[in-house]
Amino acid sequence: MIEFDAVRKEYPGGTVAVAGFSLRVPSHSVVALVGSSGSGKTTLLRMVNRMVEPTSGAVRIDDVDVRSLDPVGLRRSIGYVLQAGGLLPHRTVADNVATVPVLAGRSRREARADALGLLERVGLDPALADRYPAQLSGGQQQRVGVARALAADPDILLMDEPFGAVDPIVREQLQAELRALQAELGKTILFVTHDVDEAFALADEVVVLRAGAEIAQRGTPTEILAAPADDFVAAFVGAGTARRTLRIRELDGRRVVVDGDDRPTGVLEADAREGAP
Amino acid sequence: MTWLSQNLHIVWGLLADHLLLSVPPILLSLVISVPLGRLAAGSRRWRTPLLTGTGLLYAIPSLPLFIIIPAITGFALRSPATIITALTLYGCALLVRGAADAFASVPEDVRLAAEATGHSRWASFWRVELPLAGPVLLSSLRVVVVSTVSLVTVGAVIGTASLGTLFTDGFQRGIEASILTGIVLTVVVAVVLDALCVLAGRAAMPWRRTVSA
Repeated sequence: MIEFDAVRKEYPGGTVAVAGFSLRVPSHSVVALVGSSGSGKTTLLRMVNRMVEPTSGAVRIDDVDVRSLDPVGLRRSIGYVLQAGGLLPHRTVADNVATVPVLAGRSRREARADALGLLERVGLDPALADRYPAQLSGGQQQRVGVARALAADPDILLMDEPFGAVDPIVREQLQAELRALQAELGKTILFVTHDVDEAFALADEVVVLRAGAEIAQRGTPTEILAAPADDFVAAFVGAGTARRTLRIRELDGRRVVVDGDDRPTGVLEADAREGAP
Repeated sequence: MTWLSQNLHIVWGLLADHLLLSVPPILLSLVISVPLGRLAAGSRRWRTPLLTGTGLLYAIPSLPLFIIIPAITGFALRSPATIITALTLYGCALLVRGAADAFASVPEDVRLAAEATGHSRWASFWRVELPLAGPVLLSSLRVVVVSTVSLVTVGAVIGTASLGTLFTDGFQRGIEASILTGIVLTVVVAVVLDALCVLAGRAAMPWRRTVSA
């Protein structure tokens, strides 16, 4: 469990990145912090592994204040997936994945051997192990970033705009694979994104942030979509837009779902998801 | 050519002297400049004094420097230590700035990635920043290599033996072959050491080859 307890971050010069933020991220759940740039979401994420220290308030992991932990050890115990993969350009794929175990003292040979298994796990051909990041596509780099974050088998994963730098088709693939991976691994995942669709696609709980990391609304994707708390949230999730206003049209006994512009988005199966959340 | 064949053993000896005077200051200035350059790149407070201070060293003319150093350090005027100290100072004058630029060229997101994955400052320096600063550092080092090899010859004026002795001697005694041999060999030494730097850089930075390929 990650707990933000009234954290505030004020930079010298008076810029307030986080005005006062409290949140509990339950173990084994996926929580998304969604907001535009300047909402302080990345600052919040970095407070968890002490890359940013709050001016006041505390961040606790399983009731332990992170300030009482050695920052380097703390960071090694938490998986961090960076924007665009954030790989080390001078290290091969296998060495990138092996980064944290090697830093923690594991032999490079063993860590590289484990890395091959992790590559398969994130859907990459182990034959890519000896390539350098610049030789991979954006989607492949992103997968390596996920494999690296999983290498030390952390309980917590932090993800900063994990799939922001890839095209929409690859993004959807990666999101689906992360969901499958999470169903298997059950990590505690906190991720930040400006893409509300990504948040809805991945998170159990979504926290919509205004400037200064003020919580505009939190809830399951369904709750937020069903009842946006105010105009800000409604605009942010696109409530009322053609894309979000779906209707059913009957055609030869089949029920087709169309959007506000009458564009078909799918077919409604009778009660297939009855009872699902 | 007859002059050269008759004086081959002297030329070989001077070539060896030249290398012994060139290589230590190159290595010393690298070892001194890398931490200073890192400090200059990472600290706003230290940047200006370090870069201006070391840069000014280059403004000191070499002959007076060869005389000031023995006065300060107590080294003998004609000792290799005097030449090596002077050339190390010149090397640092070029290389501190080069190293600062090299460390500044390390992308910020890579630095953050190193931090986020739990590199200590020490690990981040050795495993991430220094290798990624390598290409820019190497190009500064190559300038220092060539300039040091050429500056060693000035030592001949105060009587420290090097390939420069072939010019001073050749001028005094009017032996053109001696002057020419000195010039050609100095250039050869510079080119060979520079080539060694390039090869070492390729071996140490294998990722560079794949990126440009």
